[in-house]
Amino acid sequence: MNVGLPHFLTISAALFCLGLFAVMSRRNAVGILMGVELMLNAANINFVAFSHYVEHGINGQMMAAFVIVLAAAEAAVALAIVLAMYRNFGTVHADTVQSLKR
Amino acid sequence: MTADLTFILLALLTIVPAIWVVFSPNIVHAGFALLFTLLGAAGLYAFMGADFIAVTQLMVYVGGVLVLVLFTVMMTRVPHGEKRRRGLDRFVPAAVFAALTFAVLYKVVTAVEWGGVAQMAQPTVAVIGTNLMTNYIFPFEYVSLVLLAAMIGAAILIRESKPRDAQPEDESEVQS
Repeated sequence: MNVGLPHFLTISAALFCLGLFAVMSRRNAVGILMGVELMLNAANINFVAFSHYVEHGINGQMMAAFVIVLAAAEAAVALAIVLAMYRNFGTVHADTVQSLKR
Repeated sequence: MTADLTFILLALLTIVPAIWVVFSPNIVHAGFALLFTLLGAAGLYAFMGADFIAVTQLMVYVGGVLVLVLFTVMMTRVPHGEKRRRGLDRFVPAAVFAALTFAVLYKVVTAVEWGGVAQMAQPTVAVIGTNLMTNYIFPFEYVSLVLLAAMIGAAILIRESKPRDAQPEDESEVQS
């Protein structure tokens, strides 16, 4: 076996689909956020893999760094929303919260 | 070959805990499994010669995002009875859709002749620093604005609202 681009793309596809499954099937809002993190990591692996095997440059890694920064910002805001939701509704289940305000 | 073995171990370290993240009924276990998935992804970055991305992944994801997630899990307690209830009406469509997506992606990956060849691994920190200050100066400044906005937004979202009605047991949850 010679480790190449398709191996990384396969891992990334598996990670993305696991994240997609988590987003679609979890009830806990924090679990949904974990699925989003998995999908962002899959995209990052793709960026770095194409940068390493095809582009031979640095642009893919720059994009991956920006994705990491945006994922951190997204996690902070999403977890703040989850905490506000818990304070207002007493639950973190995404399907029981059906109104925007109390 | 050492490289193949390393790759297989890193791939297993990434995928197997990710399965646990997705299927574990206990959200705390899912959070700790996410730790190993993120570590495996950092190892994959290092395997591809992206040392700066690997270290950034460790610091931002494992040190920051994961700690935030675990704190949120521990500050929001889920009632015991409905934690394990997971309806099939959501499970089956999600499984079918995810499997279909993976089939399509895998078909694309195996059908296309990528023809890439690996480049020699070399230090990337200096190159990334130079690029941040030259070619990527606008995204760099913009992303700092986004971070500032996210910080302010999170602080506003989490602040104590005016007590509209009596709710004494939840007041101590958000002391940070």
